[in-house]
Amino acid sequence: MTFDTSMGGARKRFPETRLSLVFGTGDPDPEVRQRALEILIASYWKPVYKCLRIQWRASNEDAKDLTQGFFVSLLESQTLSRFDPARARFRTYLRTCLDRYVSNERKAAGRLKRGGGFGHVPLDFESAEGELRHVEVAVDTDPDALFHREWVRSMISRAVEELRTVSEASGRGIEYELFHRYDIEGPEQDPRPTYAGLATELGIDVTRVTNALHAARGRFRAILLELLREASVSEAEFRADVTALLEDDRS
Amino acid sequence: MSGLSDVTIRHLREVADWPSPGERYEVIEPIARGGMGKVYRARDHELERDVALKVLNLSRSGPDAARRMVREARIHAGLEHPGIVPIHDVGRLADGRVFYTMKLVRGTRLDAFTREHTDLDTLLRVFERICDAVAFAHAHGVIHRDLKPGNVMVGAFGEVLVMDWGVAKTLGGREAEGGARNEAAADDGEEEATGGWRARSGDSSRVISTGPETVSDPRVGPDTHPGTVLGTPGYMAPEQAAGNIERIDERTDVYALGMILRGFVTAVGGKPRRSLLALIARATEADPERRYDGVVQLADDVASFQAGRRVVAYRETAWEHAARIGYRFRTPILLILAYGLIRLLIFVLAGT
Repeated sequence: MTFDTSMGGARKRFPETRLSLVFGTGDPDPEVRQRALEILIASYWKPVYKCLRIQWRASNEDAKDLTQGFFVSLLESQTLSRFDPARARFRTYLRTCLDRYVSNERKAAGRLKRGGGFGHVPLDFESAEGELRHVEVAVDTDPDALFHREWVRSMISRAVEELRTVSEASGRGIEYELFHRYDIEGPEQDPRPTYAGLATELGIDVTRVTNALHAARGRFRAILLELLREASVSEAEFRADVTALLEDDRS
Repeated sequence: MSGLSDVTIRHLREVADWPSPGERYEVIEPIARGGMGKVYRARDHELERDVALKVLNLSRSGPDAARRMVREARIHAGLEHPGIVPIHDVGRLADGRVFYTMKLVRGTRLDAFTREHTDLDTLLRVFERICDAVAFAHAHGVIHRDLKPGNVMVGAFGEVLVMDWGVAKTLGGREAEGGARNEAAADDGEEEATGGWRARSGDSSRVISTGPETVSDPRVGPDTHPGTVLGTPGYMAPEQAAGNIERIDERTDVYALGMILRGFVTAVGGKPRRSLLALIARATEADPERRYDGVVQLADDVASFQAGRRVVAYRETAWEHAARIGYRFRTPILLILAYGLIRLLIFVLAGT
């Protein structure tokens, strides 16, 4: 799977019986721990970064350091092991942890350069900055709503990227091309592209266009659900995440 | 990849959730949504007609939810009555979600209808038709559990349709015809299906839906257990609001119907007759034992009220009795009085 982060190591799915992503980060097996960490960072680093930039009004450089430091602190302080699913959603908990972390860092009159055997993760901050330029976010946006919204964007963006990788690797580039033209670029175009127009442009018939789009959308849905499942801390949270991402009007 | 805009994100969320029910049905647009799923307008290319397609949310795509959805469709399909929306088909999407199609009802939701029609006689005629449909369901062992104006549609030709049997319960020992087997009754004595629906974009005159939203606890498992609350605040009987499942029966729907009737009286305004208020009070008694025994009894009392007959729920005084009889037979009484007056005039004129 292609993430914006590049942590290295082969992808390893959690066993279905795993308790959670959260507990995976404290697992004695380093491979499980590594994978849990990758998922955690891939799912949340952009919402964290954007929250720092918008809500905490951190400069670009400060936000980069704070993002790195936040994830390191999560691991070093075993904060995640104190997460109680009965009391809050994981996202809410994480955002609260972020607030506490930033507040403490600022109280300490400057950032501590964290490292602790974890090192800095290569994160594509430029892409996050690019997204911030594209997205209109009011400074006074409710922090929870902002974090949720950026989490939605992060998960959907990852699913699109994964779809592109999978489609190209399996010789289905035309399907992704149509998906990209119709479902990613299309919504912003006026007039919207049509099946017939795309068929003419690409020299294929309309049925091929609709079938390819249908297939790409089905795969996109499956990938998105898979990403949500692996980043959820429990079955209940997975369902809540699917609802929040796909079925909730507030997002 | 450059960032996805809000517009694209919104579109991709819809794309991910959009059902693909195969070649026969083409999904056109979402028309209602609920805690458990969505209803779409879809085109049935086989029969060349529009239908309503109800599909579970992706978050509810597990085997239990699918089983419950099929069960709901069966309960619904077993209730063949002009006042209940007919089910056409049930199937499964490529992603495993169960869907079913039903008649696409074109009309006005009862809450909107009530705002447009404040004539009590008209509203009571609608009410009687609702009672007919609910009484039919009760006769087949099905309790609606979510009766409210948002779940009733009034068609252009006056037809009245009771919608959304999603939280219906079947009573043990009885079965709806057409395959609505009470499978869960064997397990825990009751059966319950998916949550309620609310219309998109506040379009109350299009299709299905609600004002107050149906409560359905997402933490609840596939079957309802004591303590589970399903229904809509404001229309839920006390035993339902308390999650007292053992006490839910036909009288639970009687309570909701009483609340609908109360809404009619409020919409009409003015000073309602005491007998009508007593009728509503009887239907909405907190204790089910003190309510009407069933919807038929409630409907009979409403019919009595409309016809000027004595209402069971109200003990009238001698004066009220005389006034009611006088009003009921006002036409012959007026004729007799007119006749007497004419005779008197003739007598007086003849004497002068």
